Amino acid sequence: MTDAVAEDLHRLVTESDAIAAQSHAIVVEHLEKHYGDYHALRDINLNIPSGSLTALLGPSGSGKSTLLRAIAGLEVPDGGTVRIGDEDVTYVPPQKREIGFVFQHYAAFKHLTVRDNVGFGPSIRKQPKAEIAKRVDELLEIVGLDGYQDRYPSQLSGGQRQRMALARALAVHPKVLLLDEPFGALDAKVREDLRGWLRQLQSETGVTTVLVTHDQEEALDVADHIAVLNEGAIEQWGSPREVYETPANDFVMSFLGPTAVLRGALVRPHDLVLSHEHIDGAVSTVVERVVHLGFEVRVELRDEQGEQLSAQTTRGEAARLDLAVGQRIFVRPGQPDAAPAPTTA
Amino acid sequence: MTPSTPARLSLRTLALGYLGILVLTPIVLILIRTFEDGLLAFWASITTPAAISALTLSLIIIAIVVPLNVVFGIVTALALVRGRFPGRGIVQAIVDLPFAVSPIVVGASLILLWGASGWLGFIDEAGFKVIFALPGMVLATIFVTLPFVVREVEPVLHEIGEEQEQAAATLGASRWQTFWRITLPAIRWGLTYGVVLTVARALGEFGAVIMVSAGVAGQSQTLTLLVHARYVDDFNVYGAYAASTLLMLLAILTLLLMTVLDRKRKTT
Repeated sequence: MTDAVAEDLHRLVTESDAIAAQSHAIVVEHLEKHYGDYHALRDINLNIPSGSLTALLGPSGSGKSTLLRAIAGLEVPDGGTVRIGDEDVTYVPPQKREIGFVFQHYAAFKHLTVRDNVGFGPSIRKQPKAEIAKRVDELLEIVGLDGYQDRYPSQLSGGQRQRMALARALAVHPKVLLLDEPFGALDAKVREDLRGWLRQLQSETGVTTVLVTHDQEEALDVADHIAVLNEGAIEQWGSPREVYETPANDFVMSFLGPTAVLRGALVRPHDLVLSHEHIDGAVSTVVERVVHLGFEVRVELRDEQGEQLSAQTTRGEAARLDLAVGQRIFVRPGQPDAAPAPTTA
Repeated sequence: MTPSTPARLSLRTLALGYLGILVLTPIVLILIRTFEDGLLAFWASITTPAAISALTLSLIIIAIVVPLNVVFGIVTALALVRGRFPGRGIVQAIVDLPFAVSPIVVGASLILLWGASGWLGFIDEAGFKVIFALPGMVLATIFVTLPFVVREVEPVLHEIGEEQEQAAATLGASRWQTFWRITLPAIRWGLTYGVVLTVARALGEFGAVIMVSAGVAGQSQTLTLLVHARYVDDFNVYGAYAASTLLMLLAILTLLLMTVLDRKRKTT
């Protein structure tokens, strides 16, 4: 996102009363959900701070969407409680929760114009027409859809539809904003733009936001906190840095980024040090392939047991080591900085 | 593989000849017979008290059947698509039953149920005539037209999914508001198409209705019964042709409407 756009967004949000700053924490305790024999949520406990942007991250079937829908009231849990702000909303229907929900596939009202889509919530609340029109115009300007008022959803691109859906959700002054894989249906470039834009919008408005995603890069990029889910349970909760650098277990480790197995332990490929000399703790391998990915170089190796692993290094380091296919090289976990001074053979 | 030119031509001739002899010729013959004495004769024949009464009765039946089918058709389609209840398969089969059962059997079973000596015969004895009266004809018509709205609305409900309705709920809309403002507009073309099919079928229904109608001219005859009575009882062949033509004109009108709507439905 360009600085000009960011400044514009800042001005629009601060000048407009279309989005009132509201901050409500979300507290989930002992939440349980079954679908027949399938245990979708297992004793979920989660404390989402007010004003934060939290990502629920996990593979498909991990229960992340079910959890979000339980917070929204679109699913009724079998046990446990959900609180938004000071209110226990566990059995409150979605209509009365004052939330904003954004769906992966936009859920645009196809027979209504952009104006009527965004104005739907306020019109249900029987607000005066002039007031609704004013709020809709403000919101459309904020989401960058000014001038699109009379279009139908079918005349918008995917990214535009999702921005309309976001404006529609914000139009009701939600206590919390819940996003279910909001960028999942968009192509990479649009996804990245919208991600930055959402981050900015969230910090400007300060509305507590929960985002479901299966994309670890997206979660690391956008969230203040990440809850990593697997098989209906939370594996870890923490800041992006915590979950990436000090994963609670192998699942979190392997879900948050690429891993290599060295002597039976998981390591990040970029935490592997290559050297021509044997040092204690190093494993002897043979170079199978050297892949130049711009700044990074991925080195695919095979150890003496025949197991494959890949190490990630810099272009400079690769040049220094003069890597060639078929060459023997020693690998150990550690920081490249700690590598011994090269000795010329 | 594309067939050779002579083969293609003979196939075309065969198809057109088949359609021509079986469908087009009878219709054209009726039209010729109807209009060979001029428009005035046709007009006179379809404005006799019996004809006016028959047209009115057909339209009254449609006016009762269509709203009932719309309401129960939407409710049934919603239950089948959105509901998760045991026995859904059975409901699906029951909805299709009228397609399979011969209309005359429908009429006979209605007499068994509602007739003076039927299970619900006490209603008849209490003075509320069902069989050989308007309620019987309405019941018969509902039976044969029941699947249309359900079967046209159901796929549309499937296609739109539940997300729009859930989005409306999160925005504060009650179930009722969601139905009126989101679901109904989304299914409107399927619904309209179902209604048009219902009208066409209701107009043309004969077998089920003749069983339960008293068949009194000027009183309890629908248009199809009028055609039959004029031809069989009154030996008024010309009158039968004229009434047939009137039926056909109404049917063509519905068919045109159907084609226009179908095109509209496919483009939106």
